[in-house]
Amino acid sequence: MDRLLSRKRTILLFILPTFILLTVIIVIPIFFSLHYSTLKWDGFSKEVFVGFENYKNLFVNNTDGFIQAVINSLVLALISVGIQIPFSLVLALTLARGIRGERFFRTVYFIPVIISTVVIGQLWMKIYNNDYGMLNTVLKAIGLGSLTDAWLADTKTALASVFVAMVWQYVGYYMLLLYAGAKSISPDIYEAARIDGAGEATMAFHITIPLMKPILAVCIVFAVTGSFKAFDLIYVMTNGGPLHSTEVPTTLMYTTIFTRYQYGYGSAMAIFIIIECLVFTLVINKLFSKNAVE
Amino acid sequence: MVIHMEADLKREPSVGKKKIKVSSVVMYLLLGIFAVIQIYPLIWLFLFSFKDNNEIFSGNAMGLPLVWRASNYSDVLTNGNVAVYLLNSVIVTGITIVLSTILITTSAYAIARMHWKLSHAFLNFILLGMMVPLHATLLPLFIVLKNLGLLNSYLSLILPYTAFALPMGIFIMVGFFRDVPKEMEESACLDGCGIYRMFYSIVLPLVRPAIATVAIFTFLSSWNELMFANTFVSNDNLKTLTVGIMSLSGQQGTHWGPIGAGLVIATVPTLIIYFLFSDQLQKSVIAGAIKG
Repeated sequence: MDRLLSRKRTILLFILPTFILLTVIIVIPIFFSLHYSTLKWDGFSKEVFVGFENYKNLFVNNTDGFIQAVINSLVLALISVGIQIPFSLVLALTLARGIRGERFFRTVYFIPVIISTVVIGQLWMKIYNNDYGMLNTVLKAIGLGSLTDAWLADTKTALASVFVAMVWQYVGYYMLLLYAGAKSISPDIYEAARIDGAGEATMAFHITIPLMKPILAVCIVFAVTGSFKAFDLIYVMTNGGPLHSTEVPTTLMYTTIFTRYQYGYGSAMAIFIIIECLVFTLVINKLFSKNAVE
Repeated sequence: MVIHMEADLKREPSVGKKKIKVSSVVMYLLLGIFAVIQIYPLIWLFLFSFKDNNEIFSGNAMGLPLVWRASNYSDVLTNGNVAVYLLNSVIVTGITIVLSTILITTSAYAIARMHWKLSHAFLNFILLGMMVPLHATLLPLFIVLKNLGLLNSYLSLILPYTAFALPMGIFIMVGFFRDVPKEMEESACLDGCGIYRMFYSIVLPLVRPAIATVAIFTFLSSWNELMFANTFVSNDNLKTLTVGIMSLSGQQGTHWGPIGAGLVIATVPTLIIYFLFSDQLQKSVIAGAIKG
């Protein structure tokens, strides 16, 4: 057995294809991106090395709205952590109590998560449609016709409208993760607390939520990095418009590279997004592990 | 983390009965309203996919279609090229799942069971791959694929999809292998079975649930992927569903019915898989998040 499991040829055959694929598709491109981000290059003419110039241009005397795009993604992260996750937590705790129909609700809430973002995006464009969309139709039907709007075409409402669709799609995702976290807590703990006369709310705040810290940390990291990396829904619904009002770093990166052919500058955006995600992941995990000690 | 998905936690509150009833009615009402919010847009989509513009614009945007126009569906499938997009998605996703399953199971087995010095380092290398977002590789991959003449090919999507499916898949699978006892393999070994034979007929069947978990995850991410698909494939005959239905809504402009039909067609395979493997799928999402 040990002889079989130590045979070099078999081991190589088992890992080499994976190693090559990961190296070629994931590792090497990162270094290319880093390299591109120091160039002024349109993909056709000769590249010029400009050092950190592209990174400086992201923030100093910026004219293409990158700063606003970063702010938008921060707002999305804030909404996601401040509204979406607490709401998902309430749903998760309610379902995790073992109510009747728990499986049904869990299954239904999760449906939007698995559907393609292109479908969700197209669907919400129809929901927001000025003349025949579901939202305006409902508003008219309940006598709030004055509130109707061309939601995605109006610079004042476009960003919020896109965010609503994003929050709507992923509530079920965080609900499921938090639900699993709540379910993994041993029922014995509740039994003991009940004997001590603790009520449902007390148990939720003093037992369930503190014990769910690891999964809450995971959810917050996902919500924040997911907001920084968000692309699909915005690309489908508004592509950053109208007038850049819904621009986020990824949509701007995409336009910069594939419409304006600023390969170097666009790569600097990509690298910025990765670093931003790494930093926030580390900080959030640090905050949570510190809290756990206290 | 242990997950008792269906664990029966019976916690009957011991307060007065009447009060319980009111609060649980309110609770079910709120849960029900939220279920409607999550589901109704999809039902609305299903309904308008059978309508034509006359019907929608003359006041029936919300209700049941007066006539169920299946022609919307046959229309987009043939004229709108949706049948081709569907086939492309099936091919790309199918090959990605097969390829990634082979690579994931073999690599995970080598890491979890076989004896070699760098196995731990290799696992860490793979974990690093999990941190990398697609965005960081988009432009370099585009340039490489362009230079190799591979833009507008199935391969331009299959290779990146497979690569990005590996890190998490291997991580989940390694955890699974470590929980499987070695006895079966040892007795097979005593019977004089070769390693490849043993891997195929003893090991793989043992980890079938893990393979399903990983495959479902890979299905969802490749079937729904947009950024690579939108960048690497522009030939209409090779587009996958996500990109295809975007161009469909470009062609169809304001024709709600056919666009809706296209969206429904893109969604049905996912929903079928969801309802067939609902619990398995939810577990795979949880496993992905917790391990990842």
